[in-house]
Amino acid sequence: MRKNFWVFFAMMMMILPAMIFTVSCAKKAVEADSEFEEPIEEIAEEPVEEPETGISDEELMAQQRREDELRRKEMEFSSEDVYFEFDSSTLQSSAQRILTDKADYMIAKPEIGVTIEGHCDERGTEAYNMALGERRADSAKSFIVNMGVDDSRVNIISYGEEKPMDTGGDEEAWAKNRRAHFEVE
Amino acid sequence: MIFTHRKLFINLAVCILCIGVSAIFPLAAAADIKFFDLTNPSLRKMPLAIPVLKAMTPVEAERERTALVADEVSKMLNFTGYFKILERKSYLYDAHKSGITEKELNFGNWTVIGAEFLITGGVQVVGNKLTLDLLLFDPFKQKRLIGKRYHGQIADQNRILRRFCSEVMEAITGWPGMFGSRLAFVSTASGHKEIYTCDYDGTNIKQITKKKNITTFPSWSADGRYMAYTSFVNGPSQIFLREMKGGSETNLTFEGVQIEPAWHPKRFEISATMSMGEDQEIYMLTGGGKIIKKLTNSRGIDVSASWSPNGKQFAYVSNRSGSPQIYIMDVASGRTNRVTYEGKYNTQPSWAPKGDKIAYSSMEGGEIDIFVISVQGKKTIQLTRNSADNEAPSWSPDGSLIAFSSNREGRSRIYVMTAYGTDQRRLVTMDGDQTQPKWSPNFPH
Repeated sequence: MRKNFWVFFAMMMMILPAMIFTVSCAKKAVEADSEFEEPIEEIAEEPVEEPETGISDEELMAQQRREDELRRKEMEFSSEDVYFEFDSSTLQSSAQRILTDKADYMIAKPEIGVTIEGHCDERGTEAYNMALGERRADSAKSFIVNMGVDDSRVNIISYGEEKPMDTGGDEEAWAKNRRAHFEVE
Repeated sequence: MIFTHRKLFINLAVCILCIGVSAIFPLAAAADIKFFDLTNPSLRKMPLAIPVLKAMTPVEAERERTALVADEVSKMLNFTGYFKILERKSYLYDAHKSGITEKELNFGNWTVIGAEFLITGGVQVVGNKLTLDLLLFDPFKQKRLIGKRYHGQIADQNRILRRFCSEVMEAITGWPGMFGSRLAFVSTASGHKEIYTCDYDGTNIKQITKKKNITTFPSWSADGRYMAYTSFVNGPSQIFLREMKGGSETNLTFEGVQIEPAWHPKRFEISATMSMGEDQEIYMLTGGGKIIKKLTNSRGIDVSASWSPNGKQFAYVSNRSGSPQIYIMDVASGRTNRVTYEGKYNTQPSWAPKGDKIAYSSMEGGEIDIFVISVQGKKTIQLTRNSADNEAPSWSPDGSLIAFSSNREGRSRIYVMTAYGTDQRRLVTMDGDQTQPKWSPNFPH
């Protein structure tokens, strides 16, 4: 019986953060298209509130959630790329969601600077793609600067079609190559 | 000297690069010459006979060259794709019995085999000095088009033949041949994209840059003394201006992307696409890399300038309409005209040396092919098809050939074809991928 309890407890420990994770994701998805400023302030200001009154379970969970989310954003910051349609530098809603997280992370970590690399798939021609890559990087930069990241912290560079992520010659590979990649300086 | 007894012997006293040339006869007045337009798509290959040369003295060193020189001239002129070299066994001719001048030739022996052009010649070797007499005839008109004597060292033989072949093309088409030209291109043979050059026929490959980084978009200056390219060696893409002889370089340090430089055909100036932290626009710079002015000014991408031969206009790519299309800008008035309307992805314009056409690449159904369009935006002709991607067209300086890159055999290679798309063949044989061919101007032989 006692063993069963510990198994149950261990499972809860695994499931709970995962639930929190999905909840926060879903919340972000709704927010992405409307207002970007509010969740940032939440992160920056709330931990300072009411430090002396003791921490309730709810607050503990909220703090835990914020820390988990920052960690996730840190992990995803350079691993998660922003993707584009063919011959386009327009940010789709999924791209805006990812960029919102990146902006949150940069605001939470004022010491980091970033270079955004713009990339293209192999299908177009090289010179045009080098220009298009810069426009992609610039779209990503404008978005996070509008969210409050200081302009001077963000460099952009275009590699055009010179550095594909996936050298496969199909749409799956091309889709992966049409990207803006964040590199922490 | 064999021809010194002739009354009409004229020594032109021309000595360029140590090759002496004498005209054996004065040339016919230019007015009687009707030139062949090599860009006429209905043009068939011109039958040309090139018999073994005559050993003039004759000594062994001459005899061993008689067939060799004829073979070399055949190979060079065959490269143009505009001639059908007639088989030697059909010739009713022996240079040693018949001689090489119109007085000695029986043109009927050539018209009977359909030879519209005939090249005869004589070779004389004294020590390490080489003298070549080379003559071009139109057997049907019984007329000599070229008759020249070339003096040089034995080691100059190839240069002499290139010069003669360029003259043959000029006599027939009105434009000097491209036998003195070279090509620049990009190759990954070393593991990085670097700039290389080769002769017009793909031989004599030389590595120009050793940046061990992405280096691409070569452009020759009008006199061939400078080359420009884009390299990532310092981090972002920057344009480098290189003096070819000494290899000294300067690079531009403007903010933002720097793409695809293009030297002006008449002045020591260069255009390039730069963003300067804003839109990608085409700028005019001095040969030293100082900005003269912003040429384009439209929302979106403006890239890939290709100058008209007179340098008054340039073709370029703009996506102002929503997709990349070819436009022309008149520099003095600033007026722009859209040239391409068919297709959703038209890039890489290359203005033809004769000024009337623009070659470009168009992507349709996932494949890229090369097209030619008149500068008025009419008469589109497709030059490549059903052969994977064909990109980056570049005209030879005489407008007779177009170099391009293709991945039709797997990796990307440099190919060449005639201006109307025939005789497509691989030009450069080396490891890695080859892209971005750029044909040089004609250099003196």
